[in-house]
Amino acid sequence: MEKLIEQFSFGLFFWQLLLFVALLFLLRKYAWKPILGAVEKREEGIKGALEAAEAAKKEMQNVTADSERLLKEARAERDVLLKEARDIKANIIAEAKEQAQVEGDKMIKQAQATIESEKKAAVADIKAQVANLSVEIAEKVIKQELSDKGKQEKLVEDMLGDIKLN
Amino acid sequence: MRYSFFSKKLVAVIFLIAGFVSAQNHEGEEVETGAHDLKTQIKEYIDHHLLDSYDFNLYSYTTDQGEHKYIGFPLPVILWDNGLKVFSSSQFEHGEAVAEVDGNHYALYHNKIYKTDAEGTINFGGHHGDETHTEDAFGENLVVDDAHPTNEKPLDFSITKNVVFIMAVALLMFLVFRSMAKRYQKSTMPRGVGRFLEPLVLFVRDEIAIPNIGEHKYKRYMSYLLTVFFFVWVINLLGLTPLGVNVTNNIAVTFALAMITYLITTFTGNKNYWKHIFWMPGVPVPMKIILAPIELLGTFIKPFSLMIRLYANITAGHVVLMSIIGLMFIFKNWIGSPLSFLLAFALSLLELLVAALQAYIFTMLSALYFGMAVEEDHH
Repeated sequence: MEKLIEQFSFGLFFWQLLLFVALLFLLRKYAWKPILGAVEKREEGIKGALEAAEAAKKEMQNVTADSERLLKEARAERDVLLKEARDIKANIIAEAKEQAQVEGDKMIKQAQATIESEKKAAVADIKAQVANLSVEIAEKVIKQELSDKGKQEKLVEDMLGDIKLN
Repeated sequence: MRYSFFSKKLVAVIFLIAGFVSAQNHEGEEVETGAHDLKTQIKEYIDHHLLDSYDFNLYSYTTDQGEHKYIGFPLPVILWDNGLKVFSSSQFEHGEAVAEVDGNHYALYHNKIYKTDAEGTINFGGHHGDETHTEDAFGENLVVDDAHPTNEKPLDFSITKNVVFIMAVALLMFLVFRSMAKRYQKSTMPRGVGRFLEPLVLFVRDEIAIPNIGEHKYKRYMSYLLTVFFFVWVINLLGLTPLGVNVTNNIAVTFALAMITYLITTFTGNKNYWKHIFWMPGVPVPMKIILAPIELLGTFIKPFSLMIRLYANITAGHVVLMSIIGLMFIFKNWIGSPLSFLLAFALSLLELLVAALQAYIFTMLSALYFGMAVEEDHH
């Protein structure tokens, strides 16, 4: 301890104190403040950028979720529309079928009526012709009867044969 | 006698080889007498290395005629002795002459300046002051252990070797950090030397200042912490280089640093800090009275420990390292010398670590004391 005190050099102490304090103030003004300021600024910048990136990511997630939701809705709507369309189609077809059935039935009925009336007309016509023919045959038979008995019979037979074809 | 120990190491390698050869030739006839001389020489050399000096000597040697030659340059001696006295240290002729300024005479004795007469007489008071010896300033007449010169010591503000080195380190630090700061004006990314220094600056901030002082209050201490960290580290490191000068092994230097830490702690201490010293909360009143002087003493012991720790670590490192280098010259044989060389090499590496470690510890503990001074009341 005594040796230490003896070794103590006041001059060196004085210079060390003076130089160190001078260095401290010079460095504070010209080095530490600008350096720490720049570092802090940079760190803040990085922090800000990171936060912005985080926010953008969140925003992105929101947007994705939104679009997904919209897509889902759109899909659902499309499904609904398609189903409606299908129903409409089925309805239309069913209706058309029904109508066609009705129409067909109607036409068939008409056709049957027409046929019936035609038939009636034809039968009436045949009846009239048969009556006419019968009258003609009767005329001819009567004429043959009048000339040749054999011939008359034969004539009647031929005539009858012709009639059968009708 | 004074040249740096790294160049000494280089010489040591040559000596090693020479020693190996000579050991084979002489088979130790000279060793007995030679070793004794060498031991005192080495001891002197180590003592000398650790001391400050009034000249900046890089190298010295003895010619064949026994004349001492010095390579280096003198430095200004500044004394306050009833007025400012400034003269060149070359007047001392390396402690071999008496310097005369304005009719006053000064002489060097054990590397300190004393006021003497024209012959350079140094008066000694015995250890108890009852007996008075005289010796000429160059210690030729007698060696008196434990004797203190009674000559007047003028106030000495000389620009010594250490002061020159402190100036050089301060200038170097200023230029390097100034240029580093300038680069930040162009971009916020570190460039050049800043790439290496910025992590260290951030280390001081994030690992030393913020954990010990706290997020909100560390900023005003940053300048001091950074300056003291880099100053101690750089000066320790340069003290290990061949032309470097050991500065932190002077108690005056570490005292100045510790004093600044003490002053900052004392003047930034808040109410809570002083309350914990003079009226410790949470203990009974008698204990408060007992604790107050202890705590008050503690405020001085803390910076005192800083001072001693830095001084002792660097001094011890250099003494051990140089002793081991000295061993090479004593052993002078093929096994001892390489062994001490290897040991010295390993120790040099260790000293590199110690240089950084002591800077870290000094800064760290300073930050811890500042943190205590500004701590808020938690009770």
